[in-house]
Amino acid sequence: MADWLSPDEWNAVLLSLRVSFWAVLISLPFGLLVAHALARWEFPGKQVLNGIVHLPLILPPVVTGYLLLITFGRKGSVGQYLDQWFGIVFAFRWTGAVLAAAVMAFPLMVRAMRLAIEAVDPKLEQAGATLGASKPWVWLTVTLPMILPGVVAGAILAFAKAMGEFGATITFVSNIPGQTRTLPTAIYSFMQVPGGEAQAARLVWVAIAIAMAALLLSEWVSRLVARRISGK
Amino acid sequence: MTLSVSLRHSFPGITLDVAFDAPQGVTALFGRSGSGKTTVVNAVAGLLRPDHGRITLGDRVLLDTAQRVVLPPHKRRIGYVFQDARLFPHLTVRQNLLYGRWFAPKGKAGAEFDQVVDLLGIAPLLARRPGHLSGGEKSRVALGRALLSAPDLLLMDEPLAALDEARKAEILPWLERLRDTVRVPILYVSHSHAEVARLAITVVMLEAGRVTRTGPVAEMLADPVSARREAGAVMTVQVGPTESDGLTRLDSAGGPLWLALSGMAEGARIRLRIPARDVMLARQRPEGISALNILECRVGEISVLSGDVMVRLAVGDEALLAQITPRSARGLGLEPGMPVFAVVRTIAVATGAPG
Repeated sequence: MADWLSPDEWNAVLLSLRVSFWAVLISLPFGLLVAHALARWEFPGKQVLNGIVHLPLILPPVVTGYLLLITFGRKGSVGQYLDQWFGIVFAFRWTGAVLAAAVMAFPLMVRAMRLAIEAVDPKLEQAGATLGASKPWVWLTVTLPMILPGVVAGAILAFAKAMGEFGATITFVSNIPGQTRTLPTAIYSFMQVPGGEAQAARLVWVAIAIAMAALLLSEWVSRLVARRISGK
Repeated sequence: MTLSVSLRHSFPGITLDVAFDAPQGVTALFGRSGSGKTTVVNAVAGLLRPDHGRITLGDRVLLDTAQRVVLPPHKRRIGYVFQDARLFPHLTVRQNLLYGRWFAPKGKAGAEFDQVVDLLGIAPLLARRPGHLSGGEKSRVALGRALLSAPDLLLMDEPLAALDEARKAEILPWLERLRDTVRVPILYVSHSHAEVARLAITVVMLEAGRVTRTGPVAEMLADPVSARREAGAVMTVQVGPTESDGLTRLDSAGGPLWLALSGMAEGARIRLRIPARDVMLARQRPEGISALNILECRVGEISVLSGDVMVRLAVGDEALLAQITPRSARGLGLEPGMPVFAVVRTIAVATGAPG
C-alpha cells in the first residue's frame, strides 16, 4: 500500500500523525484546566494567563520557536534541569516537535473548551450538589458530559493545527529526517531540492486529505454529542 | 425531625433577618417576590452562605457561622425541587431519577424507586430525555429525583410557578399525595394563596426580608392584615350526598354549601378556599337570589385596608373573610357580634386532609 509514497514521505506523514496525537493528548488536561479557570474562576492575574495562553496565536511562530529553544533547549533555563533530573530532552527530538505543536495548538483548544464551559448552566451543577454529588463528581457527571462537544471540537481543531505546525517546530527542533521532519517541514524540504516538486505535491495531497478527514470527523462527532446533550 | 433556621444576610438594598422552625409536614414560606424566600431556601440548601446564621435539621448542624461549621450542599442531604426543574439534559429520566441515589449513603432507606415512579405517574417517561418532556412532566420528574436522593428535608422553591393553570392543576394532586406519603419536613416556597391553602400546615410569612408572622395555615390566611389583597379564608367542611342535579352538599358550621364535585367520598373532610372578594354580606337571609351558597355567621373584627373594608366573620369556630366597600359597611351598620348572612360567589376546593 505504501508504493505511492517513498519511505521518506511515509516517515514524515507518520511522524506528523504521531506528533499531533501526543500533542493533543498531553495538552487536553491542561487545556481543560485553563479553560475552566478562565471561564469560572476569579483570580488575580487572570488576564495575564489569558494573554499568555493566546500569545502563540498572535506571535510569529518563529518567535514562539525561539522562546521554546531558550527555555526548553538542552541549555535552556528549564530544559537543562529536565535533562539533569529526569533525563527528558526536547531539543532536536520528536518530543520537542510534540511540545512545539502542543504550545501552538493550545490557544485554539482552550478557546473552544472555554466557550463550552461558559455555556453550561451553573444551576445544573448546583442541582447535582443538592443531590449529594461532591464537586469532582459534579464535574465528571454533569459538567464534562455537557462540554463534551466543545472538548471534541477543541481537540480536533488542535490536532489539525498541530499537523500543520511549521515555524515553531523548525526553529525549535530543526528538520531532521525521521526525528523532527514532519509533514509541513518535509514539503518545505522537498521544494528546496531540484526535482522534489512531485514528492512535495504528493505530500500536499496527503495533508489536504488528513485535514478534510479531521474536519468531517469533528463535525460528525460534535453533532452526535450535541444531540445527546440537548436532551432530545 | 424539625428544621430550625436563623439567619442574617445583607444584600445591596435588603437585609434578610429571619428565624423560624419547620416541623414535620408542609411549612410554607409565603411572601411576595423579593421578600427573601428563595434566599432562605438557598441558605438551607447550602447554595448561599449567609453572613450569620445557624441551621439545624433534627440533631444535625448544617450551618453555624459562630462555630465556623458550614456543611457543603452535597453533605446536607436535602432534596431541592427547583422552580425550573433543572433536570440533567444529557441523562434519561430514569438516570435523572437515580442520580441522587447513587450518592446517598448506603444503608439509608430512601424511597423505593417503583413506589416513587408510581406515586408520580412517570413510568411511561423513564426511557425519555428531559428535552422531550412537557413542563408538568418535568416538574414531576424533578420531584421524584429529589425524593429518591433519600433526603432528610425537601425544599420546594415555587415548583409550580413556571407552569400554566392547567399544568398546575395537574401537579397539585401529586404534591398532596407526596405530602401525605413522605415522612420528612417539606419547606414550600410560594406566593400563591391557593397553593399554600391547599398544601401547607404551617405558614411562615416573609416581608422585606423579615418574618412577619408564623402559625397554622387557616389562621394565617384568614388574617386580614397579613393576607392583604389576595385575602381569603380556608374552611373545613364535610362532604355530604350528591343530588341528582350533580351538586354535592357540603356541611359547614354555617349551613350547607352546594358545589359540583366529583370523586369525593361521602363523609370526607375537605378544605375550601373562599376569596374575601367573592363574599357578599346581608343582614337578612336573602330571598329570591340565584346564589346557592349562603352561610349564617357572626361579624368579628372589622378592619379598613387601603380603601376597602375587610370583615372577619365567625362561622362556628372557623373564620370567613368578606371584602366590601366602606359605603356598604356603613349602609349595613356592621358591628362586631352582629349576626349576618354571607353570600359566597366562588369556592375553590383545596382537597386533601385538613392539616
